[in-house]
Amino acid sequence: MTDAVAQPTNVASATPDTMAWDSRARRMMMIYLPLACFVIILLFPFYWMAVTAFKPNAELLNYKEHNPFWISSPTLAHIQHLLFNTAYPRWLKTTMLVAIGSTFLSLLASTLAAYAIERLRFRGSPYVGLGIYLAYLVPPSILFIPLATVVVQFGLFDSPLALILVYPTFLVPFCTWLLIGYFKSIPYELEECALVDGATRLQILRRITLPLAVPGLISAGIFSFTLSWNEFIYALAFIQSSANKTVPVAILTELVSGDVYQWGALMAGSLLGSLPVAIFYSLFVDYYVSSLTGAVKE
Amino acid sequence: MSVTTLSPRGIALRQPNWFARLLDYKPFLIVVCLAPAIGLLAVFLTYPLGLGVWLAFTDTTIGRRGIYVGLENFQYLLSDPLWWGAVFYSVFYTAVATFGKFALGFWLALLLNNHFPFKSILRAIVLLPWIVPTVLSALAFWWIYDPQFSIISYLLVDVLHWRSTNIDFLGSAWPARFSLIAANIWRGIPFVAISLLAGLQTISPSLYEAAMLDGASSWQRFRYITFPMMMPILAIVMTFSIIFTFTDFQLVYAITRGGPVNSTHLLATLAFQRGIAGGELGEGAAIAVSMVPFLVFATLFSYFGLARRKWQQGESDD
Repeated sequence: MTDAVAQPTNVASATPDTMAWDSRARRMMMIYLPLACFVIILLFPFYWMAVTAFKPNAELLNYKEHNPFWISSPTLAHIQHLLFNTAYPRWLKTTMLVAIGSTFLSLLASTLAAYAIERLRFRGSPYVGLGIYLAYLVPPSILFIPLATVVVQFGLFDSPLALILVYPTFLVPFCTWLLIGYFKSIPYELEECALVDGATRLQILRRITLPLAVPGLISAGIFSFTLSWNEFIYALAFIQSSANKTVPVAILTELVSGDVYQWGALMAGSLLGSLPVAIFYSLFVDYYVSSLTGAVKE
Repeated sequence: MSVTTLSPRGIALRQPNWFARLLDYKPFLIVVCLAPAIGLLAVFLTYPLGLGVWLAFTDTTIGRRGIYVGLENFQYLLSDPLWWGAVFYSVFYTAVATFGKFALGFWLALLLNNHFPFKSILRAIVLLPWIVPTVLSALAFWWIYDPQFSIISYLLVDVLHWRSTNIDFLGSAWPARFSLIAANIWRGIPFVAISLLAGLQTISPSLYEAAMLDGASSWQRFRYITFPMMMPILAIVMTFSIIFTFTDFQLVYAITRGGPVNSTHLLATLAFQRGIAGGELGEGAAIAVSMVPFLVFATLFSYFGLARRKWQQGESDD
């Protein structure tokens, strides 16, 4: 799985199309033009978000005198409004807390589970793996109503802790699946040597398996972080007070008010809310791609 | 002399306390390792799943414990035009969006599989719609679909002069339905493209070389090599995509909340509206449970797709 992702460049250079397509113009028409269209369409909403976030209101609602694709006098008013007149910093903090907490919890649980399934090998371990995989196929949309009652029963309603405990239900299956793949790629002989040398199983996990599985752990970690940051339906159903809301929910329920939408502030909020994951993403692109493709291919 | 040097080591070896020895006892270790994951999943996934099915057969509302009412909720749903509307739109939304995502995503994957400069940067950019929180990009789409200040209307009316009036994207049923599907396709393309790209890269170039020596056209190479080789991964990605499109919630909730006049409700948004916002937990749960047959169908599809590639725990695949 990992090797397939690691060698795209070598394989791509041997792609037969380069042999068959001789004409430059044809290549232009068949590859670059569609690619350019894809990139423009995929990126346009972000561009539009950014442009709107820095536009003064006068320009925002006047297309006749101002070219809507450009900003003639950029302003930070929307962002300032967001940071100082709303609870936005608070929402960011809550979201960060929830994302880090649930990522940590899921990584812990799924590392241990993946180790047990892949390395401790017991009767029925494939079925436990299958069970955890099937849990990934249960979508939040059919769980949120009963989960809301469970959360109330536990006295966790309106508490970020509820989200930290609930998010692992969709993170653990994914991370376990990913880590099983990584553990499988580590030669079993290394562990046998350590066993012969008298190491305990937990020492083996800590000193040998985990250090070798670091790329897998990073993939699982950033993936979990992104998914928890982006989660919406549970946060919408379990959190009521404005202060405890996460960014996606808060923007939609707190900033959208009345009939006149403050598009500038809304888009500024969306932009700021997307930035942490976007930055995170740009730092770890390759891990994202490998975890995404790895999870699918395994 | 040698005895004195040996004894501390001997003690150290014999003395790892009972706890450390217990941890080295394999059955115990297995239980300890599986406990957090299984525990979390049991309490917050399996139990709610069962509870949800039970709630669907009761008339529970928020704040009041319900009693068993048998199939009443489902009978009510079957006579409820809104539920039928949601079923229709969920199926329609899933079918059209999945088709769009896979047609465009496969195309994009094939494009990205070519060799050109800045390839890795382009691959990174392409994934962005999938990384950013869906609700936030949905807000951007809401603004793009604004009745008065839509940038698409501006392009069509003021720049290209193809139309004389603004498009009312979200004001009436069918335009709203297609607007949501377009946003869903936009969000789904990256996932499909990158997954399929990984699949494309595992196809051995020697197959194409052999086919080209035999004089196969590029369409024939696609039809008889690329497509069959991609079938297993296509089946898996499609199952995931179908499940998560069918149960989609965020996009619709953020852009239209089921409107105009309930024409864009998916089953998930209808369940939320009845169950959480309306307080009728039993009825909401019944709507959620009514999604299960569709999901079971998709999961079986996935299982057979996976089975063809050998199960992960078996020998090495690929």
